[in-house]
Amino acid sequence: MRPAAFDYLRPTAVAEAVRGISGSDGAFFYAGGTELLLALKMRVLRADRLIDLKRIPQLDRIALSERGELTIGARATHRQIEESALVQQVLPALGRLCSQVANIRVRSVGTIGGNLCFAEPHADPGTFLAALGARLHLVGAQGERMVAADEFVLGEFETARRDDELLSHIVIPAQAGPSAYRRFRHGERPSVGVGVSWRLAKGGRTIETARIRFGALGPRPQAVEALEQALGGVETAKASGRIAELLPHALDALEVISDRHGGADYKRHLAATLLQRCIADAHQAALGGRP
Amino acid sequence: MAISFTLNEREVAAEFPPNRLLIDLLRDHFKLKGTKRSCDMEVCGACTVLLNGQPVSSCTTLAADADQGSIVTIEGLSPEAGLSRIQQAFVDHGAAQCGFCTPGFIVAVTDLLSRNPSPSDDEIRHHLRGNLCRCTGYVKILEAVKSLVPPGREGVKAQVKA
Repeated sequence: MRPAAFDYLRPTAVAEAVRGISGSDGAFFYAGGTELLLALKMRVLRADRLIDLKRIPQLDRIALSERGELTIGARATHRQIEESALVQQVLPALGRLCSQVANIRVRSVGTIGGNLCFAEPHADPGTFLAALGARLHLVGAQGERMVAADEFVLGEFETARRDDELLSHIVIPAQAGPSAYRRFRHGERPSVGVGVSWRLAKGGRTIETARIRFGALGPRPQAVEALEQALGGVETAKASGRIAELLPHALDALEVISDRHGGADYKRHLAATLLQRCIADAHQAALGGRP
Repeated sequence: MAISFTLNEREVAAEFPPNRLLIDLLRDHFKLKGTKRSCDMEVCGACTVLLNGQPVSSCTTLAADADQGSIVTIEGLSPEAGLSRIQQAFVDHGAAQCGFCTPGFIVAVTDLLSRNPSPSDDEIRHHLRGNLCRCTGYVKILEAVKSLVPPGREGVKAQVKA
């Protein structure tokens, strides 16, 4: 298998990359290529032009902003995030997530931004970033804008990114409280992914607000408001019991697609189990003082 | 397009259309047949090479990505005479059966041991999870890699991290 012929650009600045993609229907940004090249090889996608982002400086930067938010360049690889001392310190659950993506070769070159923009429903980062309340920074010909991770994925392989927009970096309110992500794997992809993040009240024993997202079940990450609301004001040690009361019916509202990863009932069962494990992880993180 | 890069410590140059894949450049142009094409979709690991020190699936990497960088293939990991210590360990432990997956495994193990000379069993399994062996030889492969870890040092890095 090989891709059909295309032009190849190697810009050295974001503005140049955006100019390169404007006005061309068949132009794609190219970073790790772990998903794009597969699609091109199988001729599911056809590219007239690839715009290689690897020579643009700073797009893979991982840093803590002055406001205490973790910013991750869209071109940071899964392996880079996994091995980042800063990520291990302020958001270890994200490092663990990245260490579980696909295989070592994909993690070495595959990027978090490419993963998000490709929007394959069976992927991990989008679910957890939505649970964390992350924001995505897009740069286009008409300017820059921020989109909530919750609003980014519109459907299978479909995002809010306009064709001429480049995802430059992701902003994560990492120090808000404990967080956890768990997934059940089928082959190299998640069948079900669950992400949880809590903001704790003063004293650190009680949940002020909770965010929970379920991924890979349907076309995009989903929330169940009843579960999130039920955790408000609950001690972290009692969160698991509180959720257990609701779980028999709380997940009925989720859109779950039966596929080769399993039937809908089975996936709901997995989602419930993974949620309880995430809550146990988050409670442990709260006790240990590490998110 | 024209590119130049270091291939197994030798300066080389090549010219080709931009849709050329790295595996084709290595196998067809440079006649380095140790890199195997198997699944052709970055799942099996038989085509693993090091690109700028990182393991990649050469079946799903553009040849253009080698420009100004370095590529190491299984040929570059073999001494001119004899075998490398990783290759020898695979021989000693019967870790190569039909041999088709072996180059990919050797490259992946090289990457693992260069970053973590004392991996635990779990770390070895985790790192090699993306390399498939259709002869079902994983136990022998694990034993070969474990034999390269200094005695009493297994998982030292993991313990320090924890």
